[in-house]
Amino acid sequence: MAKVTFNEQKCKGCGLCVSVCPKKIISFADNLNAKGFKPAQVVNMDECIGCASCAIICPDCVIEVER
Amino acid sequence: MAKVFEKPHALSDVSMHYCPGCTHGIIHRLVAEVIDELGIEGRTIGVAPVGCSVFAYNYFECDMQEAAHGRAPAVATGIKRAVKDSIVFTYQGDGDLAAIGTAETVHAAARGENITIIFVNNAIYGMTGGQMAPTSLVGQVTQTTPYGRDTSTQGYPIRVCEMLSQVEGAAYLERVAVNNIPNIRKAKKAIKKAFQNQIDGKGFSLIEVLSICPTNWGMSPQESMKWLEENMMPVYPLGVYKDKEQGEA
Repeated sequence: MAKVTFNEQKCKGCGLCVSVCPKKIISFADNLNAKGFKPAQVVNMDECIGCASCAIICPDCVIEVER
Repeated sequence: MAKVFEKPHALSDVSMHYCPGCTHGIIHRLVAEVIDELGIEGRTIGVAPVGCSVFAYNYFECDMQEAAHGRAPAVATGIKRAVKDSIVFTYQGDGDLAAIGTAETVHAAARGENITIIFVNNAIYGMTGGQMAPTSLVGQVTQTTPYGRDTSTQGYPIRVCEMLSQVEGAAYLERVAVNNIPNIRKAKKAIKKAFQNQIDGKGFSLIEVLSICPTNWGMSPQESMKWLEENMMPVYPLGVYKDKEQGEA
């Protein structure tokens, strides 16, 4: 049981989290945030293993991980 | 469920101005995590450079001082000598540390100043728009080397860790990278050791962090990480270049 929370407004849509997620569950939202980027999101949270790889590589401290 | 990852306290809540995918953000966070873990936020004074990370003083919660271009090690020397129980670090890019600030860097090392330097090497001038840096690779295309860096007119890249390893006063020199998760973990370990060295009074520590510049390299962040690994790492091998504790590395 793990959960990641994305601070949508801080995300710049660089996609580094998408590239390191071992479960490949991170994608970009369809909407734009206030900065004009499509923020990263996890749709299927049940598959998250809480490895925190996304948070470790995120340059903007967008992601919080709970496990 | 317990939180296993959140923003470190020493990093402010301000949204950073860096381009999407810029690894300055990762390195800022690693420094802040180390400050948190060592419990030194109250007595840490950072020195910000000129370059992309010029606004670093907005992103750390500890005291910060801005330095003139390249002069961060000189400013850090003054702060450390005046406020003896402070922990002083500089955060500098390759244009700041290895071009205009080479003299300050070499002489701070030669004097064995008890300071910590975080040196971010992305092989290009970022803030001014992608001109050739002293650290640009041979053949690298930049704004000022549109046909690639030509050694007959532009010379060769400066390897800061190798150069400083010859300086007697330097205590600890390590080159790390932030291109993948294991390397980010190693980078944090190196940064922590560099701060611990200062707390223990061991002298001059410099951590060179190989970083990316997707905007000025003209690649996506993912492609940049690959470019760093394939092109920068052979020229700038990772590892410990000097550790006075262990003898010459």
